[in-house]
Amino acid sequence: MAKYLMKGNDAIVRGALLAGCRFYFGYPITPASEIAEGAARYFPKVGGTFLQAESEVAAINMVYGASGGGIRAMTASSSPGISLKQEGISYAAGAELPCVIVNIMRGGPGLGNIAPEQSDYNQVVKGGGHGNYKVPVLAPNSAQEMCSLTMKAFDIADKYRAPVYILADGYIGQMMEPVEFPEPVTDLPRKDWAVYADKESKDNLISSIYLDPYELEKHNRKLQKKYAEIEKNEIMCEKFMLEDAEYVVMGYGIVSRVLKTAVEKLRDKKVKIGLLRPITLFPFPKKEIYDLAVKNCKFLVVEMSNGQMVEDVRLTVQGKTTVDLYNRMGGVVPTTDEVIEHIQNRFSV
Amino acid sequence: MATKVLRKSHAFYDTYFRNPSPDKKMLHYCPGCGHGNVHKMIAEALEDYDVADKTIFISPVGCSVFAYYYFATGNIQAAHGRAPAVSTGIKRAHPDSIIISYQGDGDLAAIGTAEIIHAANRGECITVFFVNNAIYGMTGGQMAPTTLVGQKTTTSPMGRRPSNEGYPIKVAELISQLHAPVYIERVSLHDNKQRAKARLAIRKAIKCQVDKLGFSLVEILSPCPSGWKMDPVDSMRWIEETMQENFPLGVYRDLTKEAEPYTPEILNPTAEAILNLLDIDTELDFKYERKNPPEKYKNPEMKVAGFGGQGILLLGGAMAQAGMLENYHVSWLPSYGPEMRGGTANCHVNIRDIEVGSPMVSDPSVLIAMNRPSLEKFEQDVKKGGLIIYDSSLIDIEPTRKDIEILAIPATKMADQLGNTRIANMVVFGAYMGYTGLMGKETLYESLKTAIKHKRFLDINVKAIDAGYQFGSDNQAG
Ligand code: SF4
Repeated sequence: MAKYLMKGNDAIVRGALLAGCRFYFGYPITPASEIAEGAARYFPKVGGTFLQAESEVAAINMVYGASGGGIRAMTASSSPGISLKQEGISYAAGAELPCVIVNIMRGGPGLGNIAPEQSDYNQVVKGGGHGNYKVPVLAPNSAQEMCSLTMKAFDIADKYRAPVYILADGYIGQMMEPVEFPEPVTDLPRKDWAVYADKESKDNLISSIYLDPYELEKHNRKLQKKYAEIEKNEIMCEKFMLEDAEYVVMGYGIVSRVLKTAVEKLRDKKVKIGLLRPITLFPFPKKEIYDLAVKNCKFLVVEMSNGQMVEDVRLTVQGKTTVDLYNRMGGVVPTTDEVIEHIQNRFSV
Repeated sequence: MATKVLRKSHAFYDTYFRNPSPDKKMLHYCPGCGHGNVHKMIAEALEDYDVADKTIFISPVGCSVFAYYYFATGNIQAAHGRAPAVSTGIKRAHPDSIIISYQGDGDLAAIGTAEIIHAANRGECITVFFVNNAIYGMTGGQMAPTTLVGQKTTTSPMGRRPSNEGYPIKVAELISQLHAPVYIERVSLHDNKQRAKARLAIRKAIKCQVDKLGFSLVEILSPCPSGWKMDPVDSMRWIEETMQENFPLGVYRDLTKEAEPYTPEILNPTAEAILNLLDIDTELDFKYERKNPPEKYKNPEMKVAGFGGQGILLLGGAMAQAGMLENYHVSWLPSYGPEMRGGTANCHVNIRDIEVGSPMVSDPSVLIAMNRPSLEKFEQDVKKGGLIIYDSSLIDIEPTRKDIEILAIPATKMADQLGNTRIANMVVFGAYMGYTGLMGKETLYESLKTAIKHKRFLDINVKAIDAGYQFGSDNQAG
């Protein structure tokens, strides 16, 4: 099939529609507004609904309602907006409602700036709102993945009845790259738990309230079982030049692109280094990391944050090897050269 | 009507199986509470209009959080204050449904103020029942936005003082200031006559939705004996004597006669139509042979820079598009963050045999500078042995580097001669390709089709490419 040169943000809109999503509720925020603008343009064209909500809070609750109606729905925002949505995401996780939430991260805390950061890792990967829940998180690093992982996100959401995140940054959103589009999904099955406003579904209830502590514990155990299942089935990661690697760099999103070039260049200098890129941040590629750790690979995690993913890597290697952090904040994207220099100094290679 | 009083509405469950209490026949509300009355009136109306099967009841947070114990309809429980947003989502998903958004005063008039105002303002075709009992019942009698001046609650122990807590919010009046709502009425439950009126208002509000007329809201003054610490009889008297005065009963809006029914159009395009509607052209094909440029020009990492209005991003996009047409791996990244300051635009383009790693180009092998600040700013970044192409009709200095190739092209002048200053970017596009031999003209023409939005400009852009290409190949290095 043909390829299209397209921005990552546009690829998300196309991907969502090709996945059969027909409902978009959102609130404008830089650098995610392009997704809302694309949705405003394309959702109605194919019989869908685009609605600009009065707030991020309202937007996620509209998604909650629409998803309760058994259809595929989504929203997109950027970091401060995601903070506002956390309540609704917790409710969706509790009521087990599938939906897709796109977060094009920006610099924080507070108003911060609109440059790309990765400082939402904790609030996205660890649940973020109140309660014992997790949200599968897919982290694309190309325009192609912005499309294909958005489509995948809807499948995961439906399969496990859970909200799913697309976690990206302004670079991946703004960058144009060739994208190949698959055939659209048209016949989505009816969901036996949803309320369709008809006789067959009228005994269904969408709710996250369990007044009795034992009942709520039971519900929580069920959720945890689901997350364990997701960890078993849904891990995705990219391995690049890892077979003989003595050093492993890790990063996701735009950072992983920088790291790939760094690895290529260091390989030219005969440095045995490879890249492990988590594509899913929850579930986290723990086994892949651990296997490299016991082979004594030294790790360097590169993040555009104060070091959030690195904590998960450290937890995973269980002290079997060293895990270093190289980080930039405030919206500064590390260059290939600075990463190479850091690696050469740190590891004396 | 007579039979209805004798048996329970079919819009209620026969036994309240979801209620964990051993008594599956009783409502969970306190004795003398108004919620039971309102529920009953709603259930009767749903049955009368024969819409219970397609109704979805939105349970709020508050005493009526368990409304789904009772209503034999689809049920969704919503977060505090968010019922109108949840209602919006489900109504949009199922336009034929009947959505009952049931809210208390804290829910609707405090934490959910934005949601109710905007749902009303959009004219969502939903029905809102707003139970106003001037207190937070469920959480134990705290002050509500509708608590009366002087009224004592656990969080206004000296009585509500306007100097500290402001005045009670009058929701029916407030919402009736908006353009879209079709029907708004305030009713009360304090005696038989008022309850009869309330029943009619509830029916009318639901009918308004059944007829697809738009947004309806009924505010119901309702007793909360537990919260008010009164017995049921005193509670009724308090509504009649005190609450009513602050919240006058009556119809605040009734456009049910004038409003036109609205049914959203349903589109269900086929798979093929969807691709077309999304501007995904399944016919597009890639038949463009790659040329074999000298090694030094392969895999360019480019920076394209100039003034905002010079079509810099478009030029970069055309480069990437052309590369893609020849099946190269390509990336295009507009300037972002600190680099954007100073009114200059630039973008990073990679055209590569193998996958593009970092899309950012900090040391370009090719710099295209369309104005002087760009040349000054980026000249030193260019890789040794790299190439600078600059518009010599706009830039009155020369690059100082001796370790790179330089192509000076009077692009703006050439564009002027062709009749349009704005095609200088395409002159440079052609010049770069002609100079390096990276791609043939056919590919460039094809790339224009997506890069140039207005087809009437295609011809002149083709001419610009031709002129530039010629200039480039005439001035090749050594
Ligand atoms: S606290 Fe008040 S509103 Fe709540 S159930 Fe009791 S009487 Fe009704």
